[in-house]
Amino acid sequence: MLGTSTVLELRDVARRFPGRSAGAPPFTAVRNLSFHVGEGEFVSVVGPSGCGKSTLLNLIAGLDRPSEGTVYLHGAEVTGPNSSVGFMLQKDLLLPWRTVLHNVEFGLEARDMPAAERRERALAELKRCRLTEFADRYPYQISGGQRQRAALARTLAISPDVVLLDEPFSALDAQTKLVLQKSFAETIAGSNLTTLLITHDLSEAVAMSDRILVMSDGPGRIVEEIDVGLPDRDNPIARVSRPRASEIVKHLFDALHLGERADA
Amino acid sequence: MTTVDTAMSKPADRTAALQRPALAPSGGGLWRRSYGAPLASIAVAVVVLIAWQYLPPMLGVPKYIIPRVSDLCLEMVRLWNHENLLRHFISTASMSVLGFVLGGLLGAVFGYALGLLPTWEKVLSPYILALQIAPKVAFAPLFILWFGYNAWPKLIVTILVVFFPILVNVLQAMRIMDRDLVNLARAYNMSKTKIFIKVMLPFSMPNLLAGLRIGATLAVIGITVGELVGGEIGLGYLISFGQGQANTAMVFDAIGLLTVIGIVMYWAVTAVESRVLHYLPKAAGAPPAKP
Repeated sequence: MLGTSTVLELRDVARRFPGRSAGAPPFTAVRNLSFHVGEGEFVSVVGPSGCGKSTLLNLIAGLDRPSEGTVYLHGAEVTGPNSSVGFMLQKDLLLPWRTVLHNVEFGLEARDMPAAERRERALAELKRCRLTEFADRYPYQISGGQRQRAALARTLAISPDVVLLDEPFSALDAQTKLVLQKSFAETIAGSNLTTLLITHDLSEAVAMSDRILVMSDGPGRIVEEIDVGLPDRDNPIARVSRPRASEIVKHLFDALHLGERADA
Repeated sequence: MTTVDTAMSKPADRTAALQRPALAPSGGGLWRRSYGAPLASIAVAVVVLIAWQYLPPMLGVPKYIIPRVSDLCLEMVRLWNHENLLRHFISTASMSVLGFVLGGLLGAVFGYALGLLPTWEKVLSPYILALQIAPKVAFAPLFILWFGYNAWPKLIVTILVVFFPILVNVLQAMRIMDRDLVNLARAYNMSKTKIFIKVMLPFSMPNLLAGLRIGATLAVIGITVGELVGGEIGLGYLISFGQGQANTAMVFDAIGLLTVIGIVMYWAVTAVESRVLHYLPKAAGAPPAKP
């Protein structure tokens, strides 16, 4: 099922930030992070809030450098922003002064590419995300779900090798969330994209991914790795209805000690 | 209680207007909303002008204290025919626009520069605050001492007056800039210049235009003070000349024309604003720009 070649690899990565005040000990956000994501694989990272998930994402996107260890993309060290990584956040980050189409073109504008080709690729991406009819709308004129799909179209337009999703569904209402998860899963499976999803939603992780990495906080490290091993990766709604899926969710629930936690 | 009511009814009105834009209104509510207020405004103007014309003579107020409306009109004609009013008007109007454009440009450039260089902003911010509080028009006599009785003193006063609101507004936009938007552009490997042009500049537009709107009205004040303090041309000069002659009508006329210049400049900025900021949802409720 999985591609054999490793696309993304982290080796003993740690990231420390300077203490708040002078003389305060440095704050370790993540440490001893080692994992890899194979080609076409969909891996989720779950963990309590504040376990360094966003730090992890910034390290992979090249927006931040690790204090220790190395991040590899296709075997090469990541030293800065890399146009083969696409990332998407909970906020859609669409530019309000641009139409949907121009927003999808945004990522391509960093490259030397003729405007006509850029337009063509953006339109193709909109079609894939079923947004063609909204191409000329402004972000405030479309719904939250459509905005997230537009953000995905923008992310995919640069043809990334790896897609990083940082809780892309958490700002949506429950129904939109389910529909959008299915839509994302279809698009991602259809393009054989390598994906890393960061989420706090356990059933979302089970519904969408091949593998789940469980992180713990203070400082963030990986405490467990779960192979989901379920079919229907392109149809999360069908997947979560399987008994095995709820078993995994239950297991994750225990692994994160959610029952014992009083703070949130 | 009243404020709460108006605040809550506003969005509802807006939605209602959006939902049936071209429909013939039932019961005339919409009609009254679109034409009622302007008609009432005109009515207020008519009442005030009539009172102005007839009340002071009835109360025995002499003309050199409050001239009647008809006196103002006659004086306006006299100014046009004998005092070269057009020349004074054009001088003030063009200097206001020039001062506004230069002050706006400088304010924007410094605002973006300081926004991009936070260290410099920290170093300079106490002085910016001090200069912002200082009454800039009070510098006018100083500039006359330095540059003489020519166009420079009033132009510099105007530039100073316009500079700060625009600087402060642009700086504010750079401070509240969405870091995630900038990071997104960085993740796409965009150059710093491109990030500035494609993200920061458009992001700051609402603030820049708000600053320009304030600056447009302040520009007229700057020029007027400059002309009042020294010079032989402009509506401000006419005010000071009229005062010396005890020609109250002349002072009133000049003030009226200065207000006209200010209104036109303000209106021009708002017109640009509604064009540029068309993508903001609240623009739907604002007076519609020509399609």
